[in-house]
Amino acid sequence: MTVPADLRYTESHEWVRAEADGSVLVGITDFAQDALGDLVYIELPEPGKTYAAGQVIAVVESVKAASDIYAPVAGTVLAVNESLKDAPEGLNQDAFAAWLFRLKPANAADAAGLLDAAGYQKQIESEK
Amino acid sequence: MLKRTPLFELHTAAGARLVDFGGWEMPLNYGSQIEEHHAVRRDCGMFDVSHMRAIDLAGSASREFLRHLLANDIDRLSPGKALYSCLLRSDGGVIDDLIAYRLGAEAGLPGIAYRLVVNASTAEGDLAWMEQVRAARGYTADLALRLRTDLSLIAIQGPRALERVAQAAPQLAEVLGRLGNFQAAACGPWFVARTGYTGEDGCEIALPAADAPAFWQALATAGVAACGLGARDTLRLEAGMNLYGSDMDASVSPLEAGLAWTVDTRFPRDFIGRAALERLQAAGGLRQFLGLRLLGRGVLRSHQDVQAPQGRGEITSGTFSPTLQASIGLARLPAGVQPGDEVTVALRSGPAAARVCRLPFVRHGKALGAAA
Repeated sequence: MTVPADLRYTESHEWVRAEADGSVLVGITDFAQDALGDLVYIELPEPGKTYAAGQVIAVVESVKAASDIYAPVAGTVLAVNESLKDAPEGLNQDAFAAWLFRLKPANAADAAGLLDAAGYQKQIESEK
Repeated sequence: MLKRTPLFELHTAAGARLVDFGGWEMPLNYGSQIEEHHAVRRDCGMFDVSHMRAIDLAGSASREFLRHLLANDIDRLSPGKALYSCLLRSDGGVIDDLIAYRLGAEAGLPGIAYRLVVNASTAEGDLAWMEQVRAARGYTADLALRLRTDLSLIAIQGPRALERVAQAAPQLAEVLGRLGNFQAAACGPWFVARTGYTGEDGCEIALPAADAPAFWQALATAGVAACGLGARDTLRLEAGMNLYGSDMDASVSPLEAGLAWTVDTRFPRDFIGRAALERLQAAGGLRQFLGLRLLGRGVLRSHQDVQAPQGRGEITSGTFSPTLQASIGLARLPAGVQPGDEVTVALRSGPAAARVCRLPFVRHGKALGAAA
């Protein structure tokens, strides 16, 4: 199972990519999409809304079950991946390319406090 | 320790995602259950259903026993024909649903009078119940019941199923060429039935466990897609077929599970549960069993609450339909609700509108009527 080294991770299987402009892209990991199965609906947040870390910010629904996605850090939604809404299977095909939303973090340092690739690798090993 | 079928190694080698199903470690999918679903509707897919069980009956009391045991009447059957029936408790509750085959010499199986194919999680309970009824009726000397754990079961379903099975196993071509719908015949130690759980053409083959891996591989070589339990569920739901444990269980009678058509009361036949069903029918107020199609985004799921003008109902099974590209479900609804009515379902995300539909939703790969 892929765990790219250049990303940060949460225990709830979100990945976070720090962008040059200070924003972060957020998606869910390969482990998560594999566990969920074929996705059929993705509900994305509204741009402009603000979330606390750990707050439910999106929902992905597979044939099997619906799963809440949590804001990895506190922040404001800058953009959402509309094309993913119409073709959720794209997330199953490449979870790390399928960003769900872009956040402006409330605190620039928060993303660095998340799990690194090694830490997340350990996490998923323990869940197998 | 979960049970495994003889095809387990092949499933893991093919990258199957495995799941506990009724105590068996079975493939949920081999990558994408939606792709597997489409393969069955468009071409051909195969399912390892070796967790299900064949129970064979032999002996002079076989026919009388089954006429008493089953809610459907096996006297409808000529040799080689099959029917779908419920196995009922005396209070009318459903113990299991099953396919019953009339066999005997004319079907190529002289030593077996009838075969029942039952669900995996209920098989042992069904057999125990049958032994109890056999003893109570005094048939013990004249009826042998045999649980066929030596057989593997493979279902091959889809518009090109029979063609691809004949490619993979040419010795079956002759039998396949003459079997009509719901007919079965032996071909050497293999048993071929033109039955299925998908709403498509196809067959279900019972074969000695030792033969199963090579046959599965031959089917794969002939271009048949391996399909798991995920696709099996979306296919059967589109086809309006019940799943025991979701759509009915021992607390529900066939009358409220859309299965009144499987209960045969044409003749004064004393079958277990008959009196209870007649009382339930006479008392009235029976709930209906109908389809629902969600009008917007989301997925219908078991146990979700349904609100209709006539009162409350409940989703018994729900899923996303790859063929319809919308969520569908089966539901127990109050009397008076009509196909075409709009009802409200309590989804995880809040109340949502759904249309009541007749079943099935899909036939021969196409969406039907009110479901379209």
